[in-house]
Amino acid sequence: MRELSHHILDVLENAVEAGASTIKIHIEEDLRADWMVIEIVDNGRGMNPGVIERVFDPFYTTRETRHVGLGLPLLRDAARRCEGDLDIQSEPGKGTRLKVTFRRSHIDRAPLGDMPATLLAVLLSERPVDLEYSHKVGTEEFRFDSSEIRKELEDIPLTHPRVRGWILQTLREREASLSNESRESQ
Amino acid sequence: MVRLKNIEELKKIRQEAQKDLLVRTQTGTRIIVGMGTCGIAAGAREVMHAILKELETRKIEAHVETVGCVGMCAKEPLVDIEQAGKSRVRYANILPENVPKLIEEHLVKGNVVHEWAIGRVDARKIQ
Repeated sequence: MRELSHHILDVLENAVEAGASTIKIHIEEDLRADWMVIEIVDNGRGMNPGVIERVFDPFYTTRETRHVGLGLPLLRDAARRCEGDLDIQSEPGKGTRLKVTFRRSHIDRAPLGDMPATLLAVLLSERPVDLEYSHKVGTEEFRFDSSEIRKELEDIPLTHPRVRGWILQTLREREASLSNESRESQ
Repeated sequence: MVRLKNIEELKKIRQEAQKDLLVRTQTGTRIIVGMGTCGIAAGAREVMHAILKELETRKIEAHVETVGCVGMCAKEPLVDIEQAGKSRVRYANILPENVPKLIEEHLVKGNVVHEWAIGRVDARKIQ
């Protein structure tokens, strides 16, 4: 995976498969402490302790379509290469919370990459899911909540061609202004 | 939160969309992109993005959906195209640069692109 946003998409797809109806994603880039923290919290079916123990085993997967599960081992390796780590907590029936950390300036840290495309890929999922996204860089923060958009749209789905174009454009504008503002404040 | 200008745009989109929604859901085209770990690593998100861009450029209104892994990981990125009244065709190893030709041939001209097609799909089973 070339970008952290690819890994994030992978985790979000896991949450969708776990039946989550809402997924919270928080990315925090602390410029002073030089850390990058990504937290993903879903309200899916969760996992019991026996399953959590095995999620880092590449030859374990819950799916029936194939017999390997590489997503989480890959992400944990990416974090550990950058002085960070991955922590996962889960409760059956409640959901799963994943936290992954990176030394922000580490030479091996992949760029965050195209978060708007990652979020849109999940919103276009065949199973409807809402995303609460926040991205903080230094003191600047950008929030996006798809349930607010759904409310505004009433009976028009998020997947409507005009709407998905609007979502992508809005996310791109806000992500771009966030990176400009944070660059100026450094 | 989302800026006011964008919310105003969204309201306008909703009003316009309400008029044609019924027609499209009944006669529509669905394009389905596999978005499992295997698909993502092979570039499925970029393929989805290329599809959205191509549809917008050509003013083709089709539903685009993402799904999890279907078990054909070596064939990712997988793109299925389903049109009302026709069987669903599965295309394998699609790259963003293949997308304009795929849309042109399959959606505009109505031809299956045999060099990339791997089968017709009935639900989740290859016939």
